[in-house]
Amino acid sequence: MQLISKNCFSGNKSLSLKSKLAIAATSLLGSTATQTIANETSDDDWNFSASVLAYSETDRVSAVEVIANAEITIDDTGKLNIKFVLDSLTGASANGAIAQESVQTFSRPSGNGQYDIAVGNTPLDDTFKDTRAQLNISWSDLINPESDYTYTLGTNLSREFDFRSIGLSAELARDFNQKNTTISGGFSVAAEEYNPKGAIPISLTSMAIRGNFATEDEFNTAFEATRSSSSKTISSGEFLLGWTQIVNRTTLMQFNYGYADKSGYLTDPFKIVSIINSQGIAQDYIYESRPETRAQHSVFGLVKKHLDESVIDFSYRYTTDDWEIDSHTFDLHWHIFADGGSFWEPHIRLYQQSAADFYSTYLVQGEALPQFISADYRIGEMTSITLGLKYGFELNEDQRAEVRLEYYRQTPKSIGNERVAGLENLDLYPELDAIYLQVNYYF
Amino acid sequence: MPDYTLELKNGQKTSHPYYQIRFYAMASPCEVLIKIQDENLCKKLAKSITDEVRRIENKYSRFQPASLLSKINHSKSISTDIDLETFQLLNYSNEVYNLSDGLFDITSGILGKLWNFKNQSTVPNEDKIADALSFIGFNKIKYTESSVSLPKGMQIDFGGIGKEYAVDQVAKILDIHCIHKKINFLINLGGDLFAKDYKSETDNSPWKVGLDDSKNGYISLLNGAVATSGTSQRSFFQNGKIYSHLLNPKTGWPIENPPKSVTCFAENCVLAGTYSSLAMLQGSNAECFLKSEEIEHILVM
Repeated sequence: MQLISKNCFSGNKSLSLKSKLAIAATSLLGSTATQTIANETSDDDWNFSASVLAYSETDRVSAVEVIANAEITIDDTGKLNIKFVLDSLTGASANGAIAQESVQTFSRPSGNGQYDIAVGNTPLDDTFKDTRAQLNISWSDLINPESDYTYTLGTNLSREFDFRSIGLSAELARDFNQKNTTISGGFSVAAEEYNPKGAIPISLTSMAIRGNFATEDEFNTAFEATRSSSSKTISSGEFLLGWTQIVNRTTLMQFNYGYADKSGYLTDPFKIVSIINSQGIAQDYIYESRPETRAQHSVFGLVKKHLDESVIDFSYRYTTDDWEIDSHTFDLHWHIFADGGSFWEPHIRLYQQSAADFYSTYLVQGEALPQFISADYRIGEMTSITLGLKYGFELNEDQRAEVRLEYYRQTPKSIGNERVAGLENLDLYPELDAIYLQVNYYF
Repeated sequence: MPDYTLELKNGQKTSHPYYQIRFYAMASPCEVLIKIQDENLCKKLAKSITDEVRRIENKYSRFQPASLLSKINHSKSISTDIDLETFQLLNYSNEVYNLSDGLFDITSGILGKLWNFKNQSTVPNEDKIADALSFIGFNKIKYTESSVSLPKGMQIDFGGIGKEYAVDQVAKILDIHCIHKKINFLINLGGDLFAKDYKSETDNSPWKVGLDDSKNGYISLLNGAVATSGTSQRSFFQNGKIYSHLLNPKTGWPIENPPKSVTCFAENCVLAGTYSSLAMLQGSNAECFLKSEEIEHILVM
């Protein structure tokens, strides 16, 4: 009744039975590793992290940002995330006017007082001071426990001294192919309101400066004449399509497409444009003017590759919008594992953008006044590079920390519309350097 | 209230104190011993470990009506959706089925209904056995990466590898936390064992684990897995023959003269369990099989 062969076992014997079973067992136990790890971390406990970021531009803005994050996983699949951000910005910001070979005087945005800019210096408004508080709450879960669909709902509220916004977002993602493929679609809407001290300036009107008026009353009347309503709004909508693909055990790829549409008051109420004469000397400053709509398309691709002792993350983003600002971003992170759960992560980011079609460094007296104009360096042509290094380490079983130091250099480019002599000795496109220092703490 | 107990134990002369986590799962007493003194970490590990063992039990128990396995067994030939883990378990079962030429078969459970070892007076008649055999055979199961379908009347049972699989999964969880700090541990789920030695300089004394069915008292284990199969509890005697509870899925009859118990050593517990099951199925040839395959073992005839 027993099946007995010469080798006392009737199985296939070409490779030893023991080796074949070992291969089968390895394939069983090796394949479910990620699932075990995922389960292992999915207890219904709060996970907290806190982060402090210090940002400092040479001679300009410095900022301190504090982020507190709390996350809990409920019943293995539901995830609630609450994030609170508090920013404090101080320092000086370029007002848009160009440097001159004489001292320049500007009125403060509120109309109370003025500031002088020394010869050859880029005009900076040193009243830049703001505190921003932001709250984000998001919830994601499977539609039902057996489902391949995950939904995410989120809201964010932001409040500054002269600005507030509220946003809502929703996303639906579906897993296919043993969760190796995820397709997602989502949208978000936001409403913002500007309420600056001194009200909103009327675009293209001249900045009233006290020195040009005999009395305080005359100045006040002229300043008031440049003001419109006390508040302005922006509404925006965005939708995003995503595709994430696990290519093999070590490689992940992700592609996103996004479309964003903004409408309302997109002008920066604090920015002005110099009007110069044919000798390059400023005659007047007008408040900038931007279109009331902006539509932007973006595509994003990412490859994450797990090597033996490190992970490489490379991404590229292209954006284009109807202001004619096109941008390319290359971003590379190299996460290198070190002893005792610590890691090093060098980072390099290269960025290039073209100027908005209404961007102009200045206007020349006598030229027709365009409908839209801005001299804001942030929408001019530029390149930038970021070099960074992050170090992460474990403090004990439950706590770990990360320190990130990054150097940022922004190089604006002339858009080639120098139409006036006499500006040769002035730096119209000053470079901007900044340092980021961030400490993250997870507990 | 946690569903486990946690206790700091003093080690023997040469070994350090360790934490003992005890719980009851898969119809067996379970314990995990970890050579650390960090109670908070131990609590975290105890939760992860018990969660994982209960996850596997809830998913693959044939006694739980809501388990995935019960869903598959009661699907009446309609295909059931499965995940990667289940697919891999079926794949492994298929491999062992083929390698053992059909002797190891997770569909053989229904034979147990014919042979009631608790108070058996006669052997079942041949017609009933032949009838039952038509519902046995892993090769009759159709499965893909995402679904499985059993012919009506067939059932599967991961009883032969489930507990061993749970041991290996728990080992993976402990590995993540213990590898960097060289913390040694021992897992014992109802006699299926796995131990890991990270060669710490301060303490590398082996664990001593008592064996139920062995007169050898205990085994020393520092690294690797141990699983035991045995017949000591259930068998009956008729017409001069001892019938074990171990049934041959190809004949429908009990294996004759199987060892009382076979304990096998391997690099992981699934493998150790498979070795010992296959050895038992060899009946009186168990020792020959273990020796010819060069499997480290303890055999009690």
